[in-house]
Parts: sequence; structure tokens; C-alpha cells
Amino acid sequence: MASYLNNLNKVFDSRIRLGIMSALMVNESVSFNTLKEMLDVSDGNLASHIKALEENKIIKVNKGFIGKKTNTTYQVSKVGEKAFKLHLEALEALIRSTK
Amino acid sequence: MNEQLQSLEAIHDIKRMMERSSRFISLSGLSGVGAGICALVGAALAWPYIYSGKEVSMYPETSLIMALDNDPATVFTLWLFWIALGTLIAAVLVAFLFTWRKSKQQHQKVWDATARRMTINLAIPLLAGAVLLLKLIMLSQVALLAPTTLIFYGLALVNASKYTLGEIRYLGYCQLLLGFINLWLPDAGLYFWATGFGLMHIFYGLYMWKKYDSKQD
Repeated sequence: MASYLNNLNKVFDSRIRLGIMSALMVNESVSFNTLKEMLDVSDGNLASHIKALEENKIIKVNKGFIGKKTNTTYQVSKVGEKAFKLHLEALEALIRSTK
Repeated sequence: MNEQLQSLEAIHDIKRMMERSSRFISLSGLSGVGAGICALVGAALAWPYIYSGKEVSMYPETSLIMALDNDPATVFTLWLFWIALGTLIAAVLVAFLFTWRKSKQQHQKVWDATARRMTINLAIPLLAGAVLLLKLIMLSQVALLAPTTLIFYGLALVNASKYTLGEIRYLGYCQLLLGFINLWLPDAGLYFWATGFGLMHIFYGLYMWKKYDSKQD
């Protein structure tokens, strides 16, 4: 089995998680509501995917307030950035290998 | 083979999300067309004051250059000032309305993080240009007004293009080029201005509208 397949990360094995990561890679931080609008998913669904990414130390959570409303934002961690880049390279390698 | 297709799809998704979360994509081509028409109307209204000697001041007896030097507020007594202000307000309003309509159609917020980022990056060169324009008016350097607005607007577009539809960058280059040529043909200021803010906006607006919007309407 080719070595690049080891780099395909199970954590990113979902469209929603890929979406979350894509948004976080190009923005310093993104709020829960922005992610929800962009991905067009329910609160619960998004929260569960975020929790999985958080538990794997892929993203960092900042809990803040705007007035009295909670405003939770997310950032990609160093580990997460590296893992996501490896994942992308593996995806590309997979495409190239079968061309 | 199936895996390959999935990977392609995943990469496609990723690219789309990166675009969508970092660029303001609701900008409507019709905004450009509308703003361009406002600019042409404004230029037509201004033409007789600039090229056929129509009295520019509401108080004809004042010597304009001396009055401006003594009291910059004299600018408020000029018909041209009110034409310019009216044109600006109308153009911004029309541009906003079409973009607002497009964002409604796409079910997106018009004032989200990407819109804010685009606006800030557009505004910085514009404000710098506005300060310079103010000083030029106070020094009665009216021949420099048209090229200065074109150059700073061009810079603003180039700067903001990273945060919205990328083609805006080329519109910016066109405005810069017109501004530079205008510096050496100072008497034709209004014509350059009408070409840059009027015709270029309309051409670009139509091009962008055809490329991005017309399919949805």
C-alpha cells in the first residue's frame, strides 16, 4: 500500500469537517453562527463535528461574549493546520496515482 | 476509481468553502452598471460648468481662487460640489441596492465578515485619496482632481479585489492607467473621469453580470 494513504486522516472524513477546516484555514477565527450559515447545517450536527475536531486538538475554541449573548469562535491549531495540509496532500496524491 | 472521484469532490468542496468564507461574492454586476450610469449623468451635469463657461459659483461676484484660499468653506457655494456629492450618493446607493438584492437571492447576509473586510480594504485608499483631494481643492489645483480620484479609486479596487470577486483587480488597473494618462492631459479631466467611473463601470458591470448573475435571474 502506498505511503500517502497513511496520511489520509480519519478525522477529516466528513464533508462538514472539511468545510469547517476550509473556513478556518483562510480566516483567523470564525464564529459558530457563521459556520452554521456557510455549511447550512443544524446546531446539533455542527456542534458534534466541532466537538470531534476539538477533542483531536485540531481546532481551538474561544468562548466570548457580545453583550450578553455568547459568541464562540474557533481557530485552527498548529497541529490541525499540519494535519489538514497532510490530508490535502494525500488527497492530491491519490488523484495523481490513478491518472 | 471511486476513491479518486471522492477525493476530487472533497478538494472541490474545500476550494469552494475557502472562497466563500474569505471573499464577498454577493457583489452584483448590476451595481457597477448602475453606478456607471450615475457617473455619466453626473459628468453630463458638470460639463457646462467646466467646458462652456457656465458660472460655477452660486455667488458669481466672488473670485473663486481667492475665496477658496481664504475660506475653504467656499466650496459649499459651488454647483460642481453639489453635483459631485449628489453623484457620489446616488452611485453608492444604487450599487448597494443591487448587491443587497443579490445577497437576498443567495440567502446570504449582506453585511457579514467578508463584506466588512472588503469595505475596510476599499475604504483605506479612498480615505487617503479624500484627504489629498481636500488639500488639492484648498490649493486650487483643480486639474489634479480627476486623475487623483481615478488613481486612488484604482488603488482601492486593487486592494479590495483580494476580498471579493477577483476581476475587480483589472477594473482597478484600468482606473489607474486612465488616471496616469490624465495627469499629462489635464484639460480633459472630466472626459477621463466619465470614461473611468462611467463607461468602465458599465462595461465591467455587464461583464460580471453575464459571468456570475445572469444565470440566476
